[in-house]
Amino acid sequence: MSPSSCGAKSMWRNRGIAFKLILSISVSSAFIVILIFSFHYHFSRRIIEKNVEMNAQNLVLSKANRIEAVLSSTQKVPENLACFLENSSYAKEELLQILRGVVENNPEIYGAAVAFEPYRFSGKSLYFAPYFYRSDGKIAFSDLGSESYQYFSLDWYQIPKELNRPQWSEPYYDEGGGNILMATYSVPFYKTVEGKRQFMGIVTADVSLEWLQNIVSSIKVLETGYGFLISKNGTLVTHPLKDLIMNETIFGVAESRSDVNLREIGRKMIRGESGFVPFRGIVFGKLCWMYYSPIRSSGWSLAVLFPQDEFMADIRKLNRIVIILGIVGLSLLCLAVASLARSITNPLRAMAQVTEVIATGNLDIELPDAKSSDEVGKLLEAFRYMKGSLKDYIQRLTETTASQERIESELKIAHDIQMNILPKTFPPFPDRQEFDLYAFILPARKVGGDFYDFFLVDQDHLCFVIGDVSGKGIPASLFMAVTKTLIKATASRLISPGEILTGVNRELCRGNESCMFVTIFCGVLNTRTGEVLYANGGHNPPLIVRRDNEASFVAGKRGLVIGVIEDFVYETDQLKLQSGDALFMYTDGVTEAANEREELFSDDRLKRKISSLQGKPVQEIISGVREEIARFSNPVSQSDDIAMMIVEFKG
Amino acid sequence: MFLGVSHLAGAESTLKQASFIPQWNPQAQFAGYYVAYEKGFYKKHGIDLTVLQGGPNRPSSAFLTQGKADFGTLWLSTGIRLRASGQRIINVGQVMQRSALMLIAKKSHKIENPQDMQGKKVGLWSDDFQIQPKAFFKKYNLDVKVIPQSFSVNLFLRDGVDVASAMWYNEYHTIVNSGLNPDELTPFFFHEHGLNFPEDGIYTLEETFKRDPSLSCAFVKASIEGWLYAFSHPEETLDIVLKYMGRGKIPANRAHQKWMFNKMKDLITPPDHRSAIGVLQPSDYQRVADALKEGGWIKEVQNYESFFVWCEKHVEK
Repeated sequence: MSPSSCGAKSMWRNRGIAFKLILSISVSSAFIVILIFSFHYHFSRRIIEKNVEMNAQNLVLSKANRIEAVLSSTQKVPENLACFLENSSYAKEELLQILRGVVENNPEIYGAAVAFEPYRFSGKSLYFAPYFYRSDGKIAFSDLGSESYQYFSLDWYQIPKELNRPQWSEPYYDEGGGNILMATYSVPFYKTVEGKRQFMGIVTADVSLEWLQNIVSSIKVLETGYGFLISKNGTLVTHPLKDLIMNETIFGVAESRSDVNLREIGRKMIRGESGFVPFRGIVFGKLCWMYYSPIRSSGWSLAVLFPQDEFMADIRKLNRIVIILGIVGLSLLCLAVASLARSITNPLRAMAQVTEVIATGNLDIELPDAKSSDEVGKLLEAFRYMKGSLKDYIQRLTETTASQERIESELKIAHDIQMNILPKTFPPFPDRQEFDLYAFILPARKVGGDFYDFFLVDQDHLCFVIGDVSGKGIPASLFMAVTKTLIKATASRLISPGEILTGVNRELCRGNESCMFVTIFCGVLNTRTGEVLYANGGHNPPLIVRRDNEASFVAGKRGLVIGVIEDFVYETDQLKLQSGDALFMYTDGVTEAANEREELFSDDRLKRKISSLQGKPVQEIISGVREEIARFSNPVSQSDDIAMMIVEFKG
Repeated sequence: MFLGVSHLAGAESTLKQASFIPQWNPQAQFAGYYVAYEKGFYKKHGIDLTVLQGGPNRPSSAFLTQGKADFGTLWLSTGIRLRASGQRIINVGQVMQRSALMLIAKKSHKIENPQDMQGKKVGLWSDDFQIQPKAFFKKYNLDVKVIPQSFSVNLFLRDGVDVASAMWYNEYHTIVNSGLNPDELTPFFFHEHGLNFPEDGIYTLEETFKRDPSLSCAFVKASIEGWLYAFSHPEETLDIVLKYMGRGKIPANRAHQKWMFNKMKDLITPPDHRSAIGVLQPSDYQRVADALKEGGWIKEVQNYESFFVWCEKHVEK
């Protein structure tokens, strides 16, 4: 893609909706208007041209018919005379009388002659051509034939003779100098002598063509249109330009204009064709349409010019109006589109501004009013609704966050309390050399269900407990606190661990609506002998860490979990610790710690670890196990509470 | 100023009076003479000329022989016949070198070669205009029906004759401007058929020449100057020709006169483009005179030197 078109594209993209709307709508509307205009112009022009052609044809034909009518009525006179001469015998006097009558009785006839072939009328004279003509309102006579007027080779005589048919002469100016345009109709006549048709001579009638000029010059078309008539030779017989009349042929005009087309038109005209053709007027040089049609009897051709600019004037006016209307309409359309676009873009622009403000967190800003219920109005409404919802949501969120924070802080307090109810000072009995004890707890949540406890029942007996309440969180911790208090209260009297658990179980079962339960390992160490009495309420068996042997799980009986069956009796087992032996207790959070592959830490791994830590101080053993668990389960987060406690007998 | 006027007046006084008549109505055929007069060439050569109007009823031959005009133009064939008939006229300048007379036929009448005219109707003018056509028919052994032709070509246009006489510079153009295209016509130029009869030449009486040879020579010289000026100023020339036609009340058509004038240049310019304008070539004289004798128009062929006087040579002598 070239950079310029890319630039144009981005320029288009960067423009506003209003600009795009106006441009695309106005361009496409302009295109439609132009299209309609062109079609309209084209078709109306064709219609007008067709009408003009019809008008032209009617006009020319009606004029041509009028001319034809006059010519053919004139033709009758010499034709009748020729017929008479062919079919009758006549004396000179009779002939002259008839000929005179012809001129006298036919006002349109200017002169008439009967011209005979040499020696045909009388064997004595070469010429005989009596001629009667009008002169100063009278009928004058002349005998045409003379040495200086040898009519035999003149057109009016010779052409019909050679062609054996009547002929109209080319128009000519009258010899008398009257400057009257004339034409002569010549009819040959014959006599049958001994079965042979013999040419005798010519009958002529001269007619003035003034009437013809009047008919043609009366043709006025629109402002400057006119008619003209050409003879059989193409000579201009009538024309608004007087200089051209009888002095120029249409072919001469074509020659001086170097107009091959006009010459071709002229040829068609003198061939007797008719047509409707474009033509550049001779008088004004205007582009015209010309209709031409022949005058059959004389071979002349009548043409009428229709100036194109004049007959197209109405349509041009109409076109101007259409163009102006189109421009006005387009402008109005642009204005309408602009205002429509503004009604869309103004709220949008306002909304964009408002959105920017909202983005900074200010939800109290006022939205512009929706002035309509169209898409933009709906968008505004939706936006307003969204703003309200957002506001509510944020408010609720703020409140929730506050309560969450409160709970969090309460949980923190609960944790602190929980931690505080567990003994945390190590070594707990610094003055007692015969045993050592260390414990550790890490709740999975802020507050957990695991617990441990230890206390001296009397001078020689150390009671120690580790437990795991079912469930987690506050309920578990509360249950744990109750359990711990119950144990401490029960164990304050010197009784066996089994009795302690049986008593605690009974107490916990009463009113345990929530069906919580707890596993407890409870032991009492005789600090003088190293004898340990213990009872197990469903808890993981502790590990005995012998000084000279590897660790092993306590084999004593594992009773039911505490808090389920009220009347359950827990038995007491016993074992003996030698000096340096220790008892390691833990909750299931230790052995069930899982790694990424969902493998459990397991009893075996715990046992091996404890064995490897044999002989170390109690605190180090605990922290060693802690580190091992952390290493094993990394990066999986702790899922259950972890509690560990170790009691070493030093005897 | 004063000097100028007196000089002019002096010049006027020494001008020789003379008159001239062309053999037809004013038209571009005589453009050179009108131009020479209008541009003052005759005066420059010491002649106070009167230009007479020619025409069908004012034949230049009669004006010359009757002494009504000092100079006049005639066809070469006319000049030879006049002299053969005893008129003491001489040619002092053969202006046209080629014959413009022609026969013309329509191709639609199936006439494309001289032989095609056999038995056809041919329109001929009278007198000298028949010399070449008749020699032409003889040459091609043609038997045609001769129809007298008037001054119009309408008989031909309306198919009253198959072949018409025409002058190349006149009727040919009239026919074309009556709607017949050149490609529809078959022209027969006599000079293309070994019958080149040079036409217009300047004639005077032998007596006039002998009385003052310098006058005749000055007239010829000024006339040729007129033609040369005309050839280099065609539009001005046409203006002058149209002025003379208007004065003579002859219908004038500029396009037609232009055609005629352009043809004059072809007819007057010597075919070899080297010889001087106005010289009668002995071969041309011989051809025309022989043809006239053969056609029975004249009895004797007079010698060339007695018929034609070329001033430059004459002066040398």
